[in-house]
Amino acid sequence: MRTHMRAIAAGFVVLLAVVTTGSTTPAASIPSDRGAVEHALNRLTFGPRSGDVERVQKMGLSAWIDQQLTPSRIDDSALASHLPAIPAKPATVNSPQEARRYGREAVQVLAAQKVMRAIYSDRQLEEVLVDFWFNHFNVFAGKGRTSQFIPEYEREAIRPHVLGKFRDLLEATAKSPAMLFYLDNWLSADPEAAERLAAQRKQRLGARGQQPPNAQQRRRGLNENYGRELLELHTLGVDGGYTQEDVIEVARAFTGWTIGPPEAPRGRGRLNGGRRARVGAQTQPAMDIDPGNAQFRFMPALHDTGAKTILGQHIKSGGGMDDGERVLDIVAAHPSTAKHIATKLVRRFVSDDPPAALVDRVAARFRETDGDLREVVRAVITSPEFFSAEARRAKMKTPLEFVTSAVRATGRDVTDAMPLLNALRQLGMAPYMCQPPTGYDDVAETWITAGALVTRMNVAQQIAGAQRASTIGGPEFQKR
Amino acid sequence: MEISRRVFVKSGAMAMVSLGFAPSFLARAAEGATTRTKLLIAIFQRGAVDGLNMVVPYGEADYYKLRPTIAIPRPGEAEGGVDLDGFFALHPRMEALKPLWDNSALAIVHACGSPDQTRSHFDAQDYMETATPGIKSTRDGWLNRCLQSIGSDTSPLRGVALTRQMPRSLQGHAPTLAVGNVDQFNVRGGMDAERQLETAFAGSSDSLLNGSAKSAFEAMRTLRGSTSGPYTPRAGVEYPRSPFGQALQEIARIAKADVGLEIAFAEATNWDHHVAEGGTQGQIAQRLDDFARGLSALAADLGERLSDTVILTMSEFGRAVAENGNRGTDHGHGNAMLLVGGPVKGKKVYGKWPGLGADQRFEGRDLAVTTDFRDVFAEVATRHLSLSTEAMGRVFPRYASAGPIGLIRV
Repeated sequence: MRTHMRAIAAGFVVLLAVVTTGSTTPAASIPSDRGAVEHALNRLTFGPRSGDVERVQKMGLSAWIDQQLTPSRIDDSALASHLPAIPAKPATVNSPQEARRYGREAVQVLAAQKVMRAIYSDRQLEEVLVDFWFNHFNVFAGKGRTSQFIPEYEREAIRPHVLGKFRDLLEATAKSPAMLFYLDNWLSADPEAAERLAAQRKQRLGARGQQPPNAQQRRRGLNENYGRELLELHTLGVDGGYTQEDVIEVARAFTGWTIGPPEAPRGRGRLNGGRRARVGAQTQPAMDIDPGNAQFRFMPALHDTGAKTILGQHIKSGGGMDDGERVLDIVAAHPSTAKHIATKLVRRFVSDDPPAALVDRVAARFRETDGDLREVVRAVITSPEFFSAEARRAKMKTPLEFVTSAVRATGRDVTDAMPLLNALRQLGMAPYMCQPPTGYDDVAETWITAGALVTRMNVAQQIAGAQRASTIGGPEFQKR
Repeated sequence: MEISRRVFVKSGAMAMVSLGFAPSFLARAAEGATTRTKLLIAIFQRGAVDGLNMVVPYGEADYYKLRPTIAIPRPGEAEGGVDLDGFFALHPRMEALKPLWDNSALAIVHACGSPDQTRSHFDAQDYMETATPGIKSTRDGWLNRCLQSIGSDTSPLRGVALTRQMPRSLQGHAPTLAVGNVDQFNVRGGMDAERQLETAFAGSSDSLLNGSAKSAFEAMRTLRGSTSGPYTPRAGVEYPRSPFGQALQEIARIAKADVGLEIAFAEATNWDHHVAEGGTQGQIAQRLDDFARGLSALAADLGERLSDTVILTMSEFGRAVAENGNRGTDHGHGNAMLLVGGPVKGKKVYGKWPGLGADQRFEGRDLAVTTDFRDVFAEVATRHLSLSTEAMGRVFPRYASAGPIGLIRV
């Protein structure tokens, strides 16, 4: 393993000379003093454990950063034993209460897993980025049935893409039941299509009786919620140069992007242990389907097929699901998106007041790599600004960083995450429980307040015991 | 991880028994007891409450035309609104506020909002809390600037938010406190641990850590001396058992402890009803029920103290006049603010009503704004908190008052 590393490290020097847009870390720009290693561990992990500084120094900071940027190279098999099992999705759900109970339990276990991963995973940067990107594409477990979709949202939409292409990450969230539900797009429909459908249903059902109630009546027209947050929060940013018209046009493009059961095999009337799949299920809403079955579906009958103009770009009439995909192309490639993402990453890793020159360079990297997040993150964390004296110890820990870094610093063995989750709740940062789509804040003023410091002091007692409480609860440990 | 929540609470209660020394501001607060400070309680309805279903313009035919499934019926009809003045009605689940209206202790400003047209929750909340619409660079909140300008006392208990995070409104140079609950506001581990930590933070060169800790320890000592023991509201007063209701109860508790509270802040959340908002029943009805019962309980619990208290409610923007395709409402513009208290010239809906006709709506879709929210803030700050004319420019930069609305008694 070590030989392998050395070979790679040697390779950098060669690459550095000949490649300008290569994907390796320019070792020369990375300092290797102990302070730099401590700084990197503070920013790129959930806090150093005893011995981490020495281990990274021995390996070389540059090589360690490269390794963290390629988590598949890191054996993380020991993590599994620390993770409580997420309850299996129920094969059938007999009542909304049962579905809600499943959602609650699943998210509670997922929250415990999140804390355990932060403490025990050796793929620390990946965990930091999963937290970052979940928060960027925030969904709230407290809204309706969102919670039932959150474990797969993190596992399938967020985690695989945090070091991949931004466009893929964006699409995965756009098509996730969690996001579709949380920001209401699953109910958004072309108003005319909705009327048309209602008439068809009436004709089809005739005197046989009514539809399952609420859902049918709810899906009647356009909902702007997702369209707006896609532009404001996920991509361009609030000052990214879009208008209310753009919001409406985006919302129109995404009509028909909804949640449904898997396509029923032809001629089969049964699905999921007894629930009946209706013929023509693509025109049916998903309100009465089981959470275990729900997935992204495009329902053409609900789509507004008219022409659209989004951020000055024309989308021809007659489109279908590709209208939404076209929007994702447009917004992912928009320069405001590069700048918005660069700003947030620099704020997370470097400073509450992101240095403009670094933001510009990182945004440029985003554009020239077509949103390759590994390279974008690399540009942030190998920059001179990242290692500058002003940046060191200049960020305050969020509650999640505080709690997990406290456990890592003390070396305590955690078997039950509940007390830690209680601490996070008291500190106002319960995992998956951030209600607004903006996600949790990433600046000191939000988290360092008189009330919060007292809670931190008490949490330090719980985690570190009386002996080390004054260190963990004290001023220096709040910084990272 | 064997420490349970019960141990935590118990030791917190024990810690409260031991008294620290009284900080200087407590003595000052005691001196000033004869000229008791005015109290402002600001309540933020985060998520943009649907003001048209909260204070219903039932005299508008367009209201009913544009809201076929979520409109509140006219007063007198089944589940109709609570009539206020022959044109406006409160949502029927806000009946708890009717006695305050009848006593002239409740006023409403309708079609009120921001000169900025953003429909972003985040920006609009920021603009309202900094009171600088359209300007993002403002770092501090208007309530903090009020504190800076109406007194020089540095007690963090002058401005208290019953929230886990410090709201932007109260962020700034004047020391303030955000605390979820008074009883948990204690350092565990005994006085030695407390002093050790206090010394460590006092020695920190980081001003945020240093200042926040200083506020924390001062406030802790004061509260320990004044609020120990379980709190009992006035007889007959029942707060909703919701987070909002409990936050209001804590405000009453701190206010009645006479520790120099001047500005308190609480928030009511979950108003962003894009889907299935409901009318007389459903989501908004439940939220308004909680909201109104909370305000009513707070007013009753403050009792005589209400005579020098103003409770002011706000929300970042209103919602579109027409319901959307999912029986909900999308982001809009103008909204309604409520004012409760002795100094309020109540029993009146203030503000020029713009109408809901297609050509009267903002951008053809939303309730237009005819009163700048800063007109309300400024009047409360000057007439109630006695903010001086000279300080107006600092608290409300780049704002020219259109003159008082007349909703606070002089």
